[in-house]
Amino acid sequence: MSFHPKMIYDATFHKSTRTLAEEGAPFVYTPDHRARLVEILGRYPPTQKRSAVLPALYLAQQQDGYITASAMRHVAEILEITPADVEDVVSYYTMFYTKPVGRFVLNVCRTLSCALNGAERVTEAICDHLSIEPGQTDSSGTFTLCEVECLGACDRAPVIMVNDAWHECASPDDIGRLLDDLRTRGEAAVTGCHHVIEARSTGR
Amino acid sequence: MEPLLTAHVREPNSFTLEAFLRHGGYEGLRKALTMTPDEVIEVVKASGLRGRGGAGFPTGMKWQFVDKKSPKSRYIACNADESEPGTFKDHVLMERNPHLLLEGCAIGCFAIGAKVAYIYIRGEFFHVQQVLEGAIAEAYAAGYLGQNVLGSGFSCDIYVHRGAGAYEAGEETALLESLEGKRAQPRNKPPFPAVVGLYGCPTAVNNVETLSNVPLIVKNGAEWYAALGPEKNGGPKLYCVSGHVRRPGVYEASMNVTLRELVEGYAGGVREGRTLKAVIPGGSSVPILLPDQLDTRASFDDVQKAGSLLGSAGIVVLDDTTCMVWLAENLLHFYRHESCGKCTPCREGTDWLYKILRRIDRGEGHMRDLDLLGSVSSQIAGKTLCAFGDAAVTPVVTTLKHFRHEYEAHILEGRCPLVAPWRASQPVRA
Repeated sequence: MSFHPKMIYDATFHKSTRTLAEEGAPFVYTPDHRARLVEILGRYPPTQKRSAVLPALYLAQQQDGYITASAMRHVAEILEITPADVEDVVSYYTMFYTKPVGRFVLNVCRTLSCALNGAERVTEAICDHLSIEPGQTDSSGTFTLCEVECLGACDRAPVIMVNDAWHECASPDDIGRLLDDLRTRGEAAVTGCHHVIEARSTGR
Repeated sequence: MEPLLTAHVREPNSFTLEAFLRHGGYEGLRKALTMTPDEVIEVVKASGLRGRGGAGFPTGMKWQFVDKKSPKSRYIACNADESEPGTFKDHVLMERNPHLLLEGCAIGCFAIGAKVAYIYIRGEFFHVQQVLEGAIAEAYAAGYLGQNVLGSGFSCDIYVHRGAGAYEAGEETALLESLEGKRAQPRNKPPFPAVVGLYGCPTAVNNVETLSNVPLIVKNGAEWYAALGPEKNGGPKLYCVSGHVRRPGVYEASMNVTLRELVEGYAGGVREGRTLKAVIPGGSSVPILLPDQLDTRASFDDVQKAGSLLGSAGIVVLDDTTCMVWLAENLLHFYRHESCGKCTPCREGTDWLYKILRRIDRGEGHMRDLDLLGSVSSQIAGKTLCAFGDAAVTPVVTTLKHFRHEYEAHILEGRCPLVAPWRASQPVRA
């Protein structure tokens, strides 16, 4: 019964659009990363190696920029779980990438408090400057734009998370300068967390 | 009330052990170690401390429920997965006063007989994690953590565990699942974490602000603490005010404070030329309050009496430029994205609600959609393993209740009658 003719119920459901990770080059941790993982494993009971799956995946992502199927197998082997267990986790958490991303991932918060303070316009400005839409990487491979949900800094809205660094109180007018600064100065260009800035200005 | 939790956070180096000790830090732990674990639990119980994560459950009771007869290890899992839209209090506490949290964790471990506490921090708080890990290293070096704390024979380890982007990880059993290296999806309750928690062991899951209150209670006594606020709502409370206000931020007050004082006093009220339309008092998951309810005291019990919940005390202020259909759509986008997918009503229902709201917001809705929204909502609420389902339908139910005329205007006019200047300039991007 076409009760609601304009609604498509299946194909656009966001959770069915995920694709399998690519195979990628054979993966082993660098000795540094391996040592770091061994240290992290010491935080959990010896029978609970699986607990280290998130840190293990962060290390893999740090190494390759994103997570490949061969990295997942390597993680599974070390943690003594199945590759499916690892993939289950990778596909669930939003901070793991299964395809290459730009040098800077611009995560613009789109949830209520940021939206009330103009986050949509910030996203729009980034789209216009880079000629991309959310979810895409620009042609030079420098920037990937993502819209993310609440980042937990609503008093400094709108917030952009640039890789692991924060850029707060963003404004559509500043986006051009921010992008240029990121290209030339890297993550040093972001304003950072305002608590940190305050502390710095008072002599920290 | 003078700030207690955030008294020194604006001072330089407030996050260091040196600064913390200068302001009487770790005295609570020192005192707790001279007491018995049961005495510590009794003091926390007597203080009436209620969980600051959202539910407001008495912390002392939670600790008492931890199964002490079990031969298994016991754990503290500190919930630092602050993800409720509109909430950013734990962020400040961890970043500027991390030792207070560590002290609370250590006292908690002592009270319930745990050797290890894990602080589960959301993945996006990387800069906060670095501060916490620095503080932990300082505390170990000074003998406040590790083997034989302060020569008492009590040992305690604290580790930071970084999440990876999942709102649902803030639900206590989903947090434990995530700590175990799985998807952050909730477990069936009972058994509660106090009996079967992390790795199947008795576990207390406490919010950052809750644990940060514990040292104050132990140091100054239960009576002092309870007297700071109204009955059953004692102690200092952190309020996060954001949205359409002049001075958004984290403000500390006793729960005697009213919503009006917070919104119009501390946060400076709505901006020039605007009027207040509504307030969400406790994070996006709670019902809206209207301007005539602003004189409500911002305590757990009073906000509940007014028909909402204090939740995580994330106060989002909305001025007259806010379209309430858009608001519901924005929040349902959030819930649809963050639904963990375990329970069908929530996984499918949030997607339905979002699509119906989007259709109405674009002026393509029908009057019968309003009943449909109500019916889908009632099929989600109360029919899921965790409170997410109830939270997710709240923005829809509450805006329909108070602002039904706005929904009708969208449908009758075939467009959004109130496109705010802060929305995207091209509707396709909105």
